[in-house]
Amino acid sequence: MQVFNTLLRRELGIYFGSLNGYVIVSTALLLVGVCFSDLVMRLNMEPTDMTLTEMFFSSWYFWLIMLLSAPLITMRSFASEKSSNTYETLMTTPVTDIQVLMSKFCGALSFHAIIWLPVMLSMLIIRFYVNDAKVVNIPAVFTTYFAILLVGALYMAIGCFSSSITRSQIVAGMISFTLGMGIFMLSYKALYIMPDTGPMLQLLTKLSLADYMNDSSRAILDTRPLIFIGSLTFFFLFATYHILQWRRWR
Amino acid sequence: MGQDNKDLMIEVKGLTKRYGNFIAISNLNFSVKRGEIVGLLGPNGAGKSTTLRILSTFMAATSGTARVAGFDIFDQSEEVRKRIGYMPENNPLYTDMRVRDYLKFRARLKGLGIKESRDRADTVMNECDLTDVYRKMIGQLSLGYRQRVGLADALVSDPELIILDEPTLGLDPNQIRAVRQLIKNLGIKHTVLISSHILHEVEMTCKRVVILNQGKILASDDTSHLQSIMGQAARIVAEVKAPLEELKSAWKDFKGVAAVDISAASGDFYRCVLSFGAEASDPREQIYEMAKENHWGLRELTMQRPSLEDVFVYLTRSQEEEEEEEEE
Repeated sequence: MQVFNTLLRRELGIYFGSLNGYVIVSTALLLVGVCFSDLVMRLNMEPTDMTLTEMFFSSWYFWLIMLLSAPLITMRSFASEKSSNTYETLMTTPVTDIQVLMSKFCGALSFHAIIWLPVMLSMLIIRFYVNDAKVVNIPAVFTTYFAILLVGALYMAIGCFSSSITRSQIVAGMISFTLGMGIFMLSYKALYIMPDTGPMLQLLTKLSLADYMNDSSRAILDTRPLIFIGSLTFFFLFATYHILQWRRWR
Repeated sequence: MGQDNKDLMIEVKGLTKRYGNFIAISNLNFSVKRGEIVGLLGPNGAGKSTTLRILSTFMAATSGTARVAGFDIFDQSEEVRKRIGYMPENNPLYTDMRVRDYLKFRARLKGLGIKESRDRADTVMNECDLTDVYRKMIGQLSLGYRQRVGLADALVSDPELIILDEPTLGLDPNQIRAVRQLIKNLGIKHTVLISSHILHEVEMTCKRVVILNQGKILASDDTSHLQSIMGQAARIVAEVKAPLEELKSAWKDFKGVAAVDISAASGDFYRCVLSFGAEASDPREQIYEMAKENHWGLRELTMQRPSLEDVFVYLTRSQEEEEEEEEE
């Protein structure tokens, strides 16, 4: 555990000790701020049945931030260590591949959690001023944050995987974005492209991350997407672990 | 754990590494005793870094085995890594960290407790003369300081074996001298394996040398023994004032002389370069007596042992000649 804690502290130190981390946080917060003011203005202008969390997570702002921030957070994790050769000094200490992988994954996920924390806090602040459960549903705020962490875990695992297969951060970022976008497009297909009925639509609906986020923003926690997203996250972490192991077998 | 031979720190048997069709190292066999400073010597591309990367468990060999401190580098790689301090080629460091923080971080990774890692970081900073830059970012340090940070990192867990890949690469002469002295001091407590393509450096630091060329071991022995495998124990340079013909006949009759090269020097002196066979003892006293008996002037009498550079050129040339013969 000592090695994992030391590595995790180092990972968080990279995010908060460098300009990159603050640029990602401020960009995400700027987009969230723009989105929020937009939603509050819409609430003022027209009556709606949706809560604020529903409105936020059905908007394209959320997915824009999610799809862009994940590659930015994770692209350096393995690629920069490999390109600067610090990977060699790291892996010749008594650390295991799983400790290194989990520290990088947990570091990225913690940073992701910190980026989204102010959004949840601002929802609670609005609830405090509006004092109307129809506008901001408190349990929905917590289920939404949980869903953000879960979907985030999947995107961070994709990012770690992409970073482990190349020495170039840019290439890692592009692979991560493409894979993340591909998974998101499955839900887009289910919503807009596929016909109204049929097994294909049913399958795509089951795989739809957008549907899962919408459910969570209404305080509905379904175990099926939870297992799907959890399995996919595990798959990408497992693949990354084997890529790290491959070095010892080449 | 399988401690087969407690005196041996490194035991390499038939180590081979292939990258596709390219053979980086081929069937290496050598051992390093505890407390030795051994140099891995060879030109660029000889396979030194590949050998060190395999020994430090960073990569796997295609075939063959190696044990470090009695542990198999493949099956018990974590045990091996607990016992080594490794500085890779070009000394990669986290440039965004401060010197002391970096050393503490590395000590924690190597299993030291919080207080112990703090103490060890301070100790190695003293040993490597880093105390005046302990708060500086590694990225802001000069190359010489960075190299010392790399050395301090290799030392921080007080390992049994220290592996240094080209530790003086890119340093200026003063820094090279300081690093060389540091490595010599390390040999008092640790086993050290260093690689270098600079012959002089290895000659100055190491007692034993493994010479690699094109992935194969050409020689592995004490530096003094290696010098004698060239077939000449020593070369004597004598500047003598004597009639040339007398001098030529005197050298012809002199015991043990294998070859003589006489050239004119300033002031009626002749510069004689005498090569002796491997079995010859130091002939300088006899040369002095001979000059005294014949009433010749003698103003220089020096013994020149072959340098490691001579040995290296001799060995690589022999290997090339052998390969050419095989091809024919």
